[in-house]
Amino acid sequence: MSSHLKVTDLHTTFGSGERAVNAVRGVDLEIEPGGTYVLLGESGSGKSVTARSILRLYQSGTTITGSVRLGDEELTALPERRMRQLRGLRIGMVPQDPTGALDPLRSIGSQLMEVLRVHQIAPDRASARKRAVELLDRVGIADPQRVIKARPHMLSGGMRQRAVIAIAIACNPDVLIADEPTTALDVTVQAAVIELFRELQQQSEMSLLMVTHDVGVAEELGGNVGVMYAGRLLETGPIREVLSAPKHPYTQGLLASLPMPGVARGHLQVIPGRPPLTGETSTGCAFADRCALAQESCRTAPPPLVEVGTGRQAACPVVNGTPVGRTATSEELSA
Amino acid sequence: MSTITTTDLSVETPAAPRSRRRNRTRRQIPAGMYVYGTLALLLVVLGVIGPWIAGNVTTENLGQRLLGMGSGGHLLGTDGQGRDVLARLVAGARPSMISALLPVIISTAVGSLLGIAAGMAPSWLHSLVMRILDVFYAFPAVLLAIAIAAALGPGTSTTVISLSVVLVPPIARVAETETMRLHGADFMEAAQASGAGRASIAARQVLPNVMPTLLVYATSLVGLALVFAGGMSFLGLGVAPPHPEWGQMINEQRQYMYTSPMTALIPAIVIFGASLVFNQLGDALRDLLDIRRTGR
Amino acid sequence: MNVVLAEVPALPPEAPAVRPLLDAQGLVKVFGTGVRAVSNVSLTLQAGQTLGIVGESGCGKSTTAKMLLRLLAPDEGRVFFDGEDIHQMRGRRLTELRRRLQVVPQNPQTSLNPRLTLEQSIAFNMRAHGYGAAERKRRIPELLDRVGLDPSYAARYPHQMSGGQLQRAAIARALATEPEVVVCDEAVSALDKSVQAQVLNLLSELQQELGLAYLFISHDLAVVEHISDRVAVMYLGRVVEEGPADQVWNDPRHPYTATLLSSTPGVDRNRIVLGGELPNPANPPSGCGFRTRCPLATAECSETWPNLTVRTPDHYASCVHDEPASLMPMPATA
Repeated sequence: MSSHLKVTDLHTTFGSGERAVNAVRGVDLEIEPGGTYVLLGESGSGKSVTARSILRLYQSGTTITGSVRLGDEELTALPERRMRQLRGLRIGMVPQDPTGALDPLRSIGSQLMEVLRVHQIAPDRASARKRAVELLDRVGIADPQRVIKARPHMLSGGMRQRAVIAIAIACNPDVLIADEPTTALDVTVQAAVIELFRELQQQSEMSLLMVTHDVGVAEELGGNVGVMYAGRLLETGPIREVLSAPKHPYTQGLLASLPMPGVARGHLQVIPGRPPLTGETSTGCAFADRCALAQESCRTAPPPLVEVGTGRQAACPVVNGTPVGRTATSEELSA
Repeated sequence: MSTITTTDLSVETPAAPRSRRRNRTRRQIPAGMYVYGTLALLLVVLGVIGPWIAGNVTTENLGQRLLGMGSGGHLLGTDGQGRDVLARLVAGARPSMISALLPVIISTAVGSLLGIAAGMAPSWLHSLVMRILDVFYAFPAVLLAIAIAAALGPGTSTTVISLSVVLVPPIARVAETETMRLHGADFMEAAQASGAGRASIAARQVLPNVMPTLLVYATSLVGLALVFAGGMSFLGLGVAPPHPEWGQMINEQRQYMYTSPMTALIPAIVIFGASLVFNQLGDALRDLLDIRRTGR
Repeated sequence: MNVVLAEVPALPPEAPAVRPLLDAQGLVKVFGTGVRAVSNVSLTLQAGQTLGIVGESGCGKSTTAKMLLRLLAPDEGRVFFDGEDIHQMRGRRLTELRRRLQVVPQNPQTSLNPRLTLEQSIAFNMRAHGYGAAERKRRIPELLDRVGLDPSYAARYPHQMSGGQLQRAAIARALATEPEVVVCDEAVSALDKSVQAQVLNLLSELQQELGLAYLFISHDLAVVEHISDRVAVMYLGRVVEEGPADQVWNDPRHPYTATLLSSTPGVDRNRIVLGGELPNPANPPSGCGFRTRCPLATAECSETWPNLTVRTPDHYASCVHDEPASLMPMPATA
């Protein structure tokens, strides 16, 4: 049984009719066992919605179309009951805010053991407790016996996040989805948590889907990246390559605007305008309004993702050479 | 739990996309405001002109006693003393409305001042004020009214004064809580750093935030005040017979409950209706003030 | 608890004889429960310059900022603005201080009063300093334009604006009273990266144009380095390193700084991963607060927290090792 995750043409829409908000508009991604995929984007890009749609965390009023295959199961077609069995068992989720994810009134141990018991990983209290201690140890918590009895507010932010990760991996899921797990953490703690993710993957062939807006985190993780904007993927490929030689003007702009030494003050390269809000629509490429390379044809229809190198895709007709009258010069590409 | 919000911390904007395209400054007035606003206004008008249009409401036996509704030219019948019920209701609107509205207005003004000031004051003063208010909180309204009546004699003023005093602590408490809630906000720090005095901050930064909650709470107290005023009259501390007042009417006609229940019930229904109007007005006010925030 | 002798770094000889605009000396703040939020922090800010303060949670940067803004009284130490002790100021002197020292807060959603229009928020600041109605009417559209907002935004409420726009508005408000020092307290931290660049550029332009001095507080070292002339790195209530921005970036002299540097994106460094957790400020380790996570800790480190000592002219660090960065163990490449 293969454990990879394959998402095809995912669309997520909140509400319906006139007030419909199209948060995700056709996302494809695939993660092989043990692989890492980073969904990179700013707010409103739809990356979190994508992750939550895979887990089917939205209820009535939300329409999700497309295919989400976990191994040989089609998640979108499953009844909720079966989906509930899968959540935690085969797909784990690490949400953004560890404090919000934990019940403040219960001990960490009890929350951890609950997961084990619900999915019948541990048949009784004793074995559940034993496994809980093992899990806490596995996520790098130094004093598991104490933490098991502790309530969330007694732990630091980093420890809480590790506890949440422990809960997410308790049943050895095939896929772990992490939604901005490091955003609420300090930088030095971030590094440790990312390191933890990598270790966990190496140990168990678990696939990781990480959602983040932080380029540093993406860089650190490795694997593949999908740059999202206005509900669509604008560029995909191996992280190192995309970050060192971005093809899409948005990615280029994003990377160029990061403050680095050597850039004169006041002269950070800036993408004019602002990122679109969730569901803000436009005909054509959503980035066209802010793009220096935009042409008329960019505004008529959203450009498809097209191969621009081995394993790399970009949704920009100007860049990938789809004939629109001219191709970008190398100066423009490296601008 | 909202399913629409994204979980990014670096949020660009919270508002729904559409409202930013349309004219942002046009506010939609909720339907409730029109409906209940008008009704409330009518009640107030009735309060003002009532006694002038009611005619003779105190002379007994003008009509037959305890006539049912609609008979003998009396739309709502007559009471046990042969007076026209409708006329008495109309005339009684003034003392009832005064007893209900005036205390709420006075206590809201005084209470919000006290509450906001306490919230902005140094902590020792804050505690002092709140503890003093606690004393008044615990004070039984009726005893207070009796004491005042002893000095001023029974009447509408007694009711108004005692009610005003009694309502100040709860309003002050709400005002204080709302003010304290603001203390951690960035804009409060910025306001302090701006060099403005405490009074200026209280008036221009705190008040706009506290007002909506206060107004809604205050309107809900009108109904309470109405009932209370009736109770005061019942005890002989408020309007004295033969002058009509809604609560007073219930008291007077209570003895006829078994023979002619409607005579006592009608004023009760009127009190209920008036309370309802003001409560709903409060709800509508909340929506109206809320709309500014959602910009719909 | 070891007592660390205060050693305020002396001004190096080639420094201009100009008195710093903002001068904090030996600030200490202990909260009621015994938490030493700030221990012996000294900072100086010259007119027209930017001092960046970088550190993670619990390092005391926000508390320090509050003391510098006179929103919190220090338990020890003093803060001088243009030569005067700000915590002794009263009345008109205090009002004047407030005019010259402004703040841009962190959270765009709450940095402006949600129930006031932009105009009302900005006017509030101006009113506090005697700007008349006519002057307010004239200046507010100018201010909005200067920060890149259409003057029609004056009538908008915060909930009708995006994060980037809100921060621009907060900057406009700070500028309303023609200040000399603006404290940017994590002012760009909550913004999207692409918007962050816009706001950073704006801040730089304004500095050039108006001669503003910034105290720029952030947890993001890259941002701080970019916009600052000098950088102070804080950990557990103390300044552990301070120096010219480019020097701190290229030649860090404290292991903590080296760690922060290694986690900035796009730089060809291997990320140093620290073990352990940020210590609880209520229960700090003895001696150097960083020793529980420092790969270079020695026995000496548990005795006293080293004073800030000069490494290269104008560059100070508090570590027993002279050049810790070169000693930091590099992890294997991923």
